[in-house]
Amino acid sequence: MLITCPYCGPRDVIEFTYQGDGNRERPDPASQNFEAWNAYVYDRLNPAGDHNEIWQHSGGCRAHLKVVRNTLTHEISSVAFARGDHGSAARHKAEDKA
Amino acid sequence: MVEHQSPLEPEFHVGSHGNFEHGVEIILTETRPGSIVQLAAWPGEEKRLIAAIRTVTGLALPDGAGGGVSDGVKSVFGFAPGKFTVADEAEGLAAAFAKVVTSAIGTVTDLSHGRTAIRIAGPKAEWVLAKFFAIDFSLPAFPNGAGRSTAHHDVFAQIQRTGADQFDIYVFRSFARSFWKALCHASEEVGYEVQ
Ligand SMILES: [Zn+2]
Repeated sequence: MLITCPYCGPRDVIEFTYQGDGNRERPDPASQNFEAWNAYVYDRLNPAGDHNEIWQHSGGCRAHLKVVRNTLTHEISSVAFARGDHGSAARHKAEDKA
Repeated sequence: MVEHQSPLEPEFHVGSHGNFEHGVEIILTETRPGSIVQLAAWPGEEKRLIAAIRTVTGLALPDGAGGGVSDGVKSVFGFAPGKFTVADEAEGLAAAFAKVVTSAIGTVTDLSHGRTAIRIAGPKAEWVLAKFFAIDFSLPAFPNGAGRSTAHHDVFAQIQRTGADQFDIYVFRSFARSFWKALCHASEEVGYEVQ
């Protein structure tokens, strides 16, 4: 499986670390809404198909990435910086060609 | 003046090794920069950091991710969004950057004693490195001066191409001897010379 890092370009999955489900919304740390915390910690969509995920390019540029991966085919349809745009200087040249 | 010691020393054997009867196709050496510095820009401050790099080193970074340049004495390349590695044969780079990279622009980290720089050159350099790293080392995909962040067996490595068949690899100093030994073993079958 290859993930095309927006900075580094296509890299083997061995360079990446899975950081979990990208659909979770973390409650305010001060929140005492137990249902919201329960949902954050335990509830997962577990779809058979496209899934929003967070990955870190831990063996590369170390950026955190928002990835859409198909859980049936491993096809990756989208990769973006989790933090948003890092500015034009940061974008990989492969992306310009695509 | 403090004398520099190399972590490679016990395994650094100058001369030709391996299958060199048909010629040496790999040259391995340690470049021993006096300074290795990592710079990071706060979001939106990348252009000011790139300007600071030009002020201190005289090197103009090309556009694009992983872009870099080397003049043979000083080298710079991008290794992550808004982050750059700079090396210089001379000492004192961190102090020079600390004056220019203000806390509003970003951070300066002195890694002069934290990284070891290993140079691999020769017609089989791409071929040997392809055994280690799952990235494209061909010249069109990895142009001269450019940098790449990758890993070998979980040992993080930053690689800059400093010639058509020459690469400088920055590894953690504590892993450098082990990495060096692996590089020597991988070069045996084509014949290598340590300089
Ligand atoms: Zn990356």
